[in-house]
Amino acid sequence: MSIFKKFLNFKGIIGITLVLCVVLIAIFAPLIIPPEFATKMDMRARLSPPNMAHWMGTDQLGRDLFYRVMLGARTSINIATSAVLMSLVIGLPLGLVSGYFGGRTDNVLMRLVDTLLSFPALLLALTISAVLGPNLQNTIIAIGIAFTPYLARLIRGEALRVAQMPYVEAARSSGATNSRLIIGHVLPNIMPVVIVQSTISLAFAILAEAGLSFLGLGTQPPEASWGLMIQASRDYLDRAPWTALVPGTAVALTVLGLNMFGDVLRDVLDPRSQS
Amino acid sequence: MSESKKTPTLLKVDKLKVHFELKRESWFSDKPVVHAVDGVSFKINLGQTLGLVGESGCGKTTTGRAILGLVKSTEGTISFEGEKLGLVSPKKMLQLRRRMQIIFQDPYSALNPRQTAGDIVLDPLLVHNIGNSKERQERVDELFSLVGLQKNQQLLYPHQFSGGQRQRICIARALALKPDFIVCDEPVSALDVAIQAQILNLLCKLQEELNLTFLFISHDLAVIQHVCDEIAVMYLGVIVEKASRSELFENPRHPYTRALLSAVLSGSPEIKVDRIRLEGDIPNPINKPTGCRFRTRCSFAKEICGELEPVLEEKSSGHWEACHFQTTNNQ
Repeated sequence: MSIFKKFLNFKGIIGITLVLCVVLIAIFAPLIIPPEFATKMDMRARLSPPNMAHWMGTDQLGRDLFYRVMLGARTSINIATSAVLMSLVIGLPLGLVSGYFGGRTDNVLMRLVDTLLSFPALLLALTISAVLGPNLQNTIIAIGIAFTPYLARLIRGEALRVAQMPYVEAARSSGATNSRLIIGHVLPNIMPVVIVQSTISLAFAILAEAGLSFLGLGTQPPEASWGLMIQASRDYLDRAPWTALVPGTAVALTVLGLNMFGDVLRDVLDPRSQS
Repeated sequence: MSESKKTPTLLKVDKLKVHFELKRESWFSDKPVVHAVDGVSFKINLGQTLGLVGESGCGKTTTGRAILGLVKSTEGTISFEGEKLGLVSPKKMLQLRRRMQIIFQDPYSALNPRQTAGDIVLDPLLVHNIGNSKERQERVDELFSLVGLQKNQQLLYPHQFSGGQRQRICIARALALKPDFIVCDEPVSALDVAIQAQILNLLCKLQEELNLTFLFISHDLAVIQHVCDEIAVMYLGVIVEKASRSELFENPRHPYTRALLSAVLSGSPEIKVDRIRLEGDIPNPINKPTGCRFRTRCSFAKEICGELEPVLEEKSSGHWEACHFQTTNNQ
């Protein structure tokens, strides 16, 4: 009861509404709108501004931007959430173990992470995607692996800080095992950072997918994804800015919603925020 | 001392050394070593309190942590009820663990901010899988009333308590496993003076009721005087003087002890004390002075002090001191 109440403030309501909208669109748009609407070309209405026939205008091939944004939501959200989840699944244990145990374990694990960090994230994703072949699953793997070192580094730093807190030492002196200390004391206290970083990573993952798609390794045309749409619009920015604005706004609203939701979630989970 | 001979020794620390290696400065130099604790020996009898006093950086906290195994000791032995820690099996060690606990200096960082007060006190019981959930809850209730907290405060989080109440939670957690020996690491120095007295009285009361043995670490002589049976004064990793409370406060021998005592504020402004001011800082424990460690700040230092390190010897009955000279207050 009180938990739900804490979501009910300006930030919380906007954040939840936006995230809910995007998720509902991602799930239900492909069920309601026939998939061919996103790829149907109308050469007579190329780059037409928003009008009654095309609410949000059309792109350079005369495809309706409204349908493309709606149908592209699933691809973009799917790739972003799966990739961030994947980097969390790998990065969280890696960072926790490295930061908690320190010493040699830390050195070995972090040198591994540093090796990955020395490549630009996009180049790494590009290489992985090129090696594995361009499809949805491999795009997720590529972005997931490319994002892991950043997350692992951050979590390792936080875990290092929390592991030295006297309450961890107090629990250790009562005989608690390492796994109990990590899961019961260290993990709950680094969650705020993990939540905030994950929501920001989601935004970057949507853009990373755009980059891969642009280079021909992410979503394959003529399928729609937000990133692909933004990339395709670059040649027409002066003549038809709506081609960039429509998918751009979709990304911006999603990211805004996720960040607000993440902030509120962090506050709700923090006992100190109780009044 | 005559009284303490009747009770058995609970903890015996023999020539304890804790050294920390630092990173070497270049490939060709040796690793610098911090001699945090450099040969400390003492014993504590059952139900007694030994006070460990000294300025910051003298190794008193490291001594306490080494006894509990929170830092690795480099040399020396620690025996608990005659059993040498480090030589017993891991299973036995876990049992001994239960009987030795610690109370930290800062009650703000010593409590997990994401656990309720009740869960914090419950945690050690879960670790050792004691009783069923009903028995554990009863034990938590009992501990809360023992340290003077209300039962309905169990659902509150640490930030909702004051410093003194937080320290009570720390004490309840330390008592959860029914320990015999507790290291109190500056338990009141982070608290207001008015609250300090409450917590000290609580510790004394608990000691009497539960027959606890304390190693009481503090830099505050007034606090030490209030709770300790015997006092050891530490300087730069070694004990320089050790005596019973009354003996140490009435007949301090070592120049360092006397300097410390002269810094204690007296209850009345009428009483004039000749303050002995120590010049300079405590030397670096990486490059400790040759001979007597205190000679760089000692007003009595002679040539011999730079050549020979004085050993801790019994100068009068029960009064141990490490100094080359027979100095007393009247000199």
